[in-house]
This record gives sequence, structure tokens and C-alpha cells, in this order.
Amino acid sequence: MKIRDTLENYVFVLPAVVIFSIFYIIPFIWVFQLGLFEWDGISFTKVFVGLANYKEIFFLDHSWWQSIWNAGYITLIALTFQNILAFMLAWACDREIRLKNFYRVIFFIPPVLSEVVVGMVWRFIINDVEGANMINRMLAGAGFPNLMHHWLSDPKTVLTTVAIVHCWKGFGWGFLIFLAGLQTIPHQIYESARVDGANAWQSLKKITFPLMIPVMVLVGILTVLGSMQAFALILGLVGGEFAGHTSVPVLRILAAMRSSSPRFGYACAQGISFGMILVVISFIQYRFSRKGQ
Amino acid sequence: MLLRKVFVAVFLLFSVFGCSAQLLDSKPTISIWHWMTDRDPAFQELAKKYETLTGIKINFELYAPSDVYKQKVRAAAQGVNLPDVFGILGEKSDLASFVKAGHVLDLTANMEANNNSWKNSFFSKALAVNEFGPQNSYGINQGIFGVPVDIMTIQMVYNKKLLAQLGLNPDRPPKTLPEFLDAGAKIQAAGMQGLVSGWGELWMIDCLANNYAFNIMGKDKVLATIKGEVAYTDPDWIRVFAIFKQMKDSGILAQGLVTMINKSAEQLFANEKAVFAFNGSWCVNVYKGMNVNLEYGAMLPPEASERFPMAIWGGAGSSFMVNARSKHKEEAVKFLTWLTDEDQQAYLASATNNLPANRNSLSKIPEKLAQFARGMDYATHPNVWGVSESSLVVDAFGQGIQSIIIGEKTPEQVAAEVQKIKERELARQRAR
Repeated sequence: MKIRDTLENYVFVLPAVVIFSIFYIIPFIWVFQLGLFEWDGISFTKVFVGLANYKEIFFLDHSWWQSIWNAGYITLIALTFQNILAFMLAWACDREIRLKNFYRVIFFIPPVLSEVVVGMVWRFIINDVEGANMINRMLAGAGFPNLMHHWLSDPKTVLTTVAIVHCWKGFGWGFLIFLAGLQTIPHQIYESARVDGANAWQSLKKITFPLMIPVMVLVGILTVLGSMQAFALILGLVGGEFAGHTSVPVLRILAAMRSSSPRFGYACAQGISFGMILVVISFIQYRFSRKGQ
Repeated sequence: MLLRKVFVAVFLLFSVFGCSAQLLDSKPTISIWHWMTDRDPAFQELAKKYETLTGIKINFELYAPSDVYKQKVRAAAQGVNLPDVFGILGEKSDLASFVKAGHVLDLTANMEANNNSWKNSFFSKALAVNEFGPQNSYGINQGIFGVPVDIMTIQMVYNKKLLAQLGLNPDRPPKTLPEFLDAGAKIQAAGMQGLVSGWGELWMIDCLANNYAFNIMGKDKVLATIKGEVAYTDPDWIRVFAIFKQMKDSGILAQGLVTMINKSAEQLFANEKAVFAFNGSWCVNVYKGMNVNLEYGAMLPPEASERFPMAIWGGAGSSFMVNARSKHKEEAVKFLTWLTDEDQQAYLASATNNLPANRNSLSKIPEKLAQFARGMDYATHPNVWGVSESSLVVDAFGQGIQSIIIGEKTPEQVAAEVQKIKERELARQRAR
């Protein structure tokens, strides 16, 4: 009877295990395996090169590290600017304000739009030559004509511009998760605090922040994963890597697979290396948050 | 029981009528797979015409977008389930893989029949994409393995009205680089935008730079560089890189060109906001859709040297292959011969605004298309070079030129950086 129960349990989990293996474990092992070969992605012959691709990535490919740095910069802006904005808006919408449901819908529109569409639309808004040049017109109209700038074609401003558009696109996710988290905090706690004489700032600092730490960690990890892997928005905004200034890891991986002489094995090794970097960052974030709690 | 009887009766009925239909209809149906959404109505029209003429039904099946089509053809090849005629999307190495696997019929005998009449009707460079020469690097027997249906070239186009406004002759656009750069000064003075192109996407920069490389140092030296026998720091290559600095300094390049995508460049040119564009012959269709009154002409990139002729990228735009395992391969070849005949090619060109692969149909197509087609005499393409540059070198090359245009690096710096990556790639190849 016990054996039958055990078998029955295995049968129940089998479909999930099979699906997980087919779509996650096997592709991962395959990609890792391909990273050990020199292969153009088409021919039947693959040349085993061991860890040579990894050695090249870590010690010789400066453009790879430049791309990690650029993605890190976008992520840093997203972690701070985007998440602070998302938290503040969620906090505002959690209170009894007029039209709060309307705001909730509006704030969630950017995340549901395609990254390429957002890229093209913002390109039209920002660009001087091709588009409406709205930002520069607004700056001029507000009395700051000296701030008018070629935001996308200046290497000094292009990455920050990309990061800000990325934040605009992504803050709705954070907003939604923060809002859900805020709604789980019992209102009695706030009422007790108010009875004890706590003002809004004290309630936020002593009640909301501590209770929201797990949610903030979740949003933080999702932001890191989403921002580090951004690329479609960049393609929509500037068409590619712009002399390395908007180069990000996914675009480097695509570059290795492009042209008539692609390096598929190298691209797989880049993918694995990038995955490991993301795992390490997420793990560190998680450990810090545990310490904080 | 009744259900079973009904099932058997229906089965027999279908079997009998199905078989009899097969027996009665001795004319085969040729099945053709393609991905060309814009050309599908014209293909269907030609299929009807062919059926009226011969009684042979042609079944064009469209699978789009091209990525889906590409996967479908590969999957069908793996399952040995390809249609009578199909196209292969990809590089020449992809065609080689299909040929090696026995999926593609060698059309050399058909092409060379009647004193090479079919072969000679095509632009030779359009055929080159589907042709394998003796002792080719792909290990394929010499032969022709595909039929070009249309061709493409990538050239410069100029707005006649804006050129006239600048005081330049709209019937004689700049032919040399100095003339082109002079136009830059005039464009800047007039507050216009000069050259637009999709240079945010690196391959178009790579394309123009290679045009100039052929013009300055010739094909042999370009290919020797790819083979690693000539360095990118060679003075001729530095001269190629320097052309982009000259262009930038002259004011001929439109603002924001290095982050421009080709769709935006096409919009700017079609809306008469830019004097020049660097674009493929597909632009004829695009410009027609955006601004039907646009008056423009096509020109070769202005020459930087008289040592070698200017080269442009071009060749077969799309080709059809005959399935070597098809039962109807003879009929399929006959249809393709008809499809690429002058009249059908002229019809396809007029209906779809693509360039015909048949050189004899030029007199029957609109002038805007014909001027692009005439560029075929200067055409080359990486697919027919027999050697290909590493993806990482191509990437560094394109990004380096972007850096020159934004004034971040000198041509010499870029040449050194590209060569460094080239040496890394050569060392890797030697280690293999």
C-alpha cells in the first residue's frame, strides 16, 4: 500500500517534472554544453574548446564588460529612481484619494506596452531630426532653452536617456506589487499608531517600511533581472549599440550570433556567464535583505 | 452498428472518388512555399495565368513572417517533406547544407540548355548567390542550385527637388567624394539634412564601408584582409575609415545618423526632409507607399578613388529551389523557366516594385526600378566572396565607424582596435 502511495505521488508530479525538464533543465544543459564548443550554429561539426570561450569572455572581451557596466548603470537607475517613484505612487494610491482606480489603470499602461513600441514612441518624442522633439520644445517653453539637447545622439546622455525611458516603461510593475503589499498591512496598526500620536512620516518609517521589506526585496530582484536583460527598448530607441554606449549583454550575445560567420558557442558561453552573474547578484540581494530583516 | 456502417460507407465513398479524381486528373499540382507577403498576390495571379496556359495548377503557399518560414523549411527538410519548390532564407552556407543533404536539384543542365539561354537571361551576379564554383570552400559539386526571382541592390538615392534648391544639377548628382562633400557644405548652409540611413543598425555602415574598401583597395585586398593577410591598420583601410570622418566634418551626414533606424531614415527621405539616403532597392516600394510624388534618382556612392571601380552590395533578392526528391521536378523547372521569362518578370516588377532577375526585362519596367537594376553591373555581396569575416570583427568595425562619426575616436584608433580583435579571432582560428 505504501509503495502504491509513493508511486501514485510520483505519477502526480511526473508531468510537472517532465515539462520542467524539457523546457528548463535540458535547454540549460544544452546551452552550457554548446558553450564548450566552437560552433557556427549551422554546420554539423563542433570543435570542443573546453573553457576557452569563458576565458575569452572574462579576460579578453572588453566590450562584454562594457555591456555589463552599461546594463548595471540602467539597473542602478531603475533600482533607485524607478522603484522610489513606484513606491511613492503606490503609497499615494493606497490612501483615500479621488480617482485612485483611474490612476492605478494609468500607471499600469506602460508595462503592458511592447518594448519596441515604447522605444519607437519615445524616439519620436525625444528625437530632434525624426520626431516631434517634444522634450526640447517643453524645455524651451519652460524657459530653459540652454537645456535643449540631442539626447539620443550624444554619447554622454544616451545611456541615461535610455535608462529613464526604461524606468517609465517598468515602474508600473513595481507600482502594482508595492500596492498589493501595502494593502496587506492591517489598517488597525496605522490607527493604533495614530492614537498613540504618530504622524504620517512616523507611520511610514516605523510601520510601512519594515513591513514592506520582503516586497521591496522581491521588487528589487525583479528590477535587477528585468533591467539587466533589457534590449528591445534599446533597439527601438537607438537601433543598436551606438558605438558601445548602449551596448548591453543581450545585444552582445546577439552580435556574436550575427553575420555570415557567427560564433554560436561563444554566444552560449556569454549567455551562461550572464546567467551566473544575475544569479550571484540576486543571491547577494537576498542575503542582504535577510540580514536587514 | 449503424454508425460503423455509415463510417465504412463514407470511407469507401471518399476512397473511390479520391482515387478516381487522381486518375482522371493527369496534370500535376506544383506546390511552392514562400515567405514573400508583398509578392503573394502577384504570384497567385501568375499561377492562374500558368494554369490557363498549361493546365498545371500552381499552388503558392505563403508562410510569414520570414522567421516562421525559415523554421518551417528547416523542419520539412529534416522530415524529408519539402514541397516541389521552395526558397531558402539565410546565408550561402545554408544553401550548401540543403544541397549536401540532397534536398536541392542541380539546375545546371537546364540553365545551360539551348546555348545557355536560361542562364544568360539572368544578371550573372543574381545567379552567383545560387551558384557553386569549382573547388568551392563549401565542398559542393560545381553547379547552379537556385533560380533568382528578383534582385536587390543597395545604393544612394537623392531628392531631385532638394538638389535643385541647393543649386546642384538634379540630373547629375555628385559622382566623386569631393563633389559629395562639397554638397555637404551647401546642405549645412541651407539648414537641410544631408545623408540619412539606418546606421543605428550596424550592417548598413558595414555595407557602405565595404563599398569604399572595394573602391580604394580592390576586391583582392579586401578578401586578403578577411583572410588575415592584410591588417586593418593598412593605410588603405585607414583611408576607408577616414571617409566617414570627412563626411562628418563636411556636414553631409544628417543629425542623429548613428542612432537612426532605417525605417526612420526612409520616412525622412520620403517626406523630403533629407537630400540623400543610403538604402536598398526595396525603398522604391517603401517611398511609393509614403510619398507617391517623391522625385528621386539612384546613384552609386560617390567614388573616393579611381584605382578600382566602386562596388555596391547586390545580388539575388529571393530565389526558388527545386526539390531534388519531388515527383514533379521537370514540371517545376518548366514553371520556374516561365516565371523568370521577360514578361512575367516585368509583371512581377511592376506589381511588386522589386527588381527583376531577368536582365532582358529592364526595358519593360518603370525607370525608378530600372536605375537600381542597372547598378547590378557593380554589385558584389559577402555571400559570394567565399570567405566571411568574424561576427565580432564586423561588430567592432561598425561600432568603430560610429565612434568616428560622433568624434570620439580617430580612424587610426578604430583601425587599431579592429585589428586587435581580428588578431584575437585569427589566434582562435589557428588554435582550432
